[in-house]
Amino acid sequence: MSKDTLRIISPNGHLGFAPTKEESFWIGAKTFPNYYCCDSGSDDIGPVPLGADKCASHPEWQKHDLELMLLAAREQGVPMLIGSAGDTGTNSRVDMYVDFIRELAKKHKMKKFKLAYFYSEVDKEYIRSKMNKGEVIEGLDSRSNLALEELDKTDRIVAVAGVHPFIKALEMGADVIIGGRSSDAAIFAAPAIYEGFPENIAYYCGKVLECASFCCEPYGAKESVIGTITKDDVKVTAMHPNQRCTIASVAGHAMYERSNPYYEYVAGGMMDMKDCVYEQYDEKTCRITGAKFVPIEGKIKVKLEGSGKVGERYLGMAGIRDPYTIKNIDKVIDWAKSQVKERLPHAEYQLSYRIFGKNGVMGDLEPIKETKSHELLIVVEGASKDKKVAEEVTLVGTRQIFYARLPEVKGTAGTAAFILDEVTEVSPAYTWTMNHVVAVDDPLELFPITMTEIGEQEVR
Amino acid sequence: MKTVKLVDLAKTIRSKNAGTDRITFDIIFREPANYELVKNSKVINKKSMAELFDIPESRIADFVEFDPGCAIKFTINRLVPSGSFGEADVFGCQQYPPLYDIEIPVND
Repeated sequence: MSKDTLRIISPNGHLGFAPTKEESFWIGAKTFPNYYCCDSGSDDIGPVPLGADKCASHPEWQKHDLELMLLAAREQGVPMLIGSAGDTGTNSRVDMYVDFIRELAKKHKMKKFKLAYFYSEVDKEYIRSKMNKGEVIEGLDSRSNLALEELDKTDRIVAVAGVHPFIKALEMGADVIIGGRSSDAAIFAAPAIYEGFPENIAYYCGKVLECASFCCEPYGAKESVIGTITKDDVKVTAMHPNQRCTIASVAGHAMYERSNPYYEYVAGGMMDMKDCVYEQYDEKTCRITGAKFVPIEGKIKVKLEGSGKVGERYLGMAGIRDPYTIKNIDKVIDWAKSQVKERLPHAEYQLSYRIFGKNGVMGDLEPIKETKSHELLIVVEGASKDKKVAEEVTLVGTRQIFYARLPEVKGTAGTAAFILDEVTEVSPAYTWTMNHVVAVDDPLELFPITMTEIGEQEVR
Repeated sequence: MKTVKLVDLAKTIRSKNAGTDRITFDIIFREPANYELVKNSKVINKKSMAELFDIPESRIADFVEFDPGCAIKFTINRLVPSGSFGEADVFGCQQYPPLYDIEIPVND
């Protein structure tokens, strides 16, 4: 029998990135939501985790958040949906989350339940064969369409799932779903669509819930919120005793992290929020009507994220206090660069200087051109395919700041202060090689689903 | 004419990634009157924001006056994607401070 209302809890805008706050979670859990849904990923964290296939979050925080949701959802016998497992949603991160769930089920001696998981990594050769057939891999956000050189530079690709694999897994009877890379809104929209609610309502519900308490005021992250939907409206309620969902906080959240506050794209269509009407329903609840979902005409387009390795990377740091050196800092950097070039004339490398105290944070966007600081920190970043070259580039590039030749410098015993007179190996440098979409015949073709049973035999 | 700094009129002034290739700026007002004042002053527009950050206007991908949120929002294209070699603000969240000092004309 179809439900008249559906209630979904969202405990955290990025599961595991910082631990879920427990008080508001349990306040929400005690109201018996119909679904526990949470997104666990983002492209905000830069290209390194996807490229290197590792997490940006701490495993203990991820386990903590999964444990809260699993305990409540299994106790209450309702489904739990996680998207973008382990920050990036790569296959290894999905497997890791499935292992976490298995471990937690064992720890709490849970009865048997059905766990579905889906992958979202895309083989480079799949994209290449499409391109060779003349298909265009369209660029997003002012990017050009994908060229083969960019594909060649890519180490790992994930496709961003819409509602389709989640709905399929629910139809297969899943109690817990661990998803690969997913649109955050889809994780919440999928159960609503599965339960028979209109797409207009379902997608907006996902949109407003995906960042949890980011749609509340006063500001306070990692607190739970609950979305209540009917066939006509979406209501979002803050669970933390001191937070409220207001017209301002909910409308304000509509524009967070996107170019335009009115439109958002997912695999399958576009959310249109131009005619949204926001009302204060009760002290802690905002009611929203008027959102629309416009399904795509023709083939479904699925977003692809790709990361490619640039090289091994080292960092060095140097402090400057001498006002004459500060005034001539560009000459100092030119000197250090020239010394790297002289030492390694034929090597292929990249060398970057960020000067904190001048324009280290904003770089080319910094409107203040005059350096007013009495001290500077120079962060030297060196990269090369060859690790030894990367190390030497960074070391020469840092140490030569110490030996800078300035005609009138008084301090002739060293023109830089070091915390450490050495350089540090850090994560390799990667770059986002892909922010594109691929057209597919079947939106499930990129997201293979596996069903498995977890937990102990039911004790009679 | 008297002017007031934007930082004294807005509740929130922030910047953040909008995907891997863009940074979006939000100027949000608590009082609708302040929003209307700034919006009607026309001081904040595509051209003036391009001048403030010393970038060509073509790098501004979107500019919206968002009435339901009492907010002005604009988005710029990054020159290289977030977190690339040599980049220093992976979340794009420390690019907003130059907005603070924008002078908004007010009636005496």
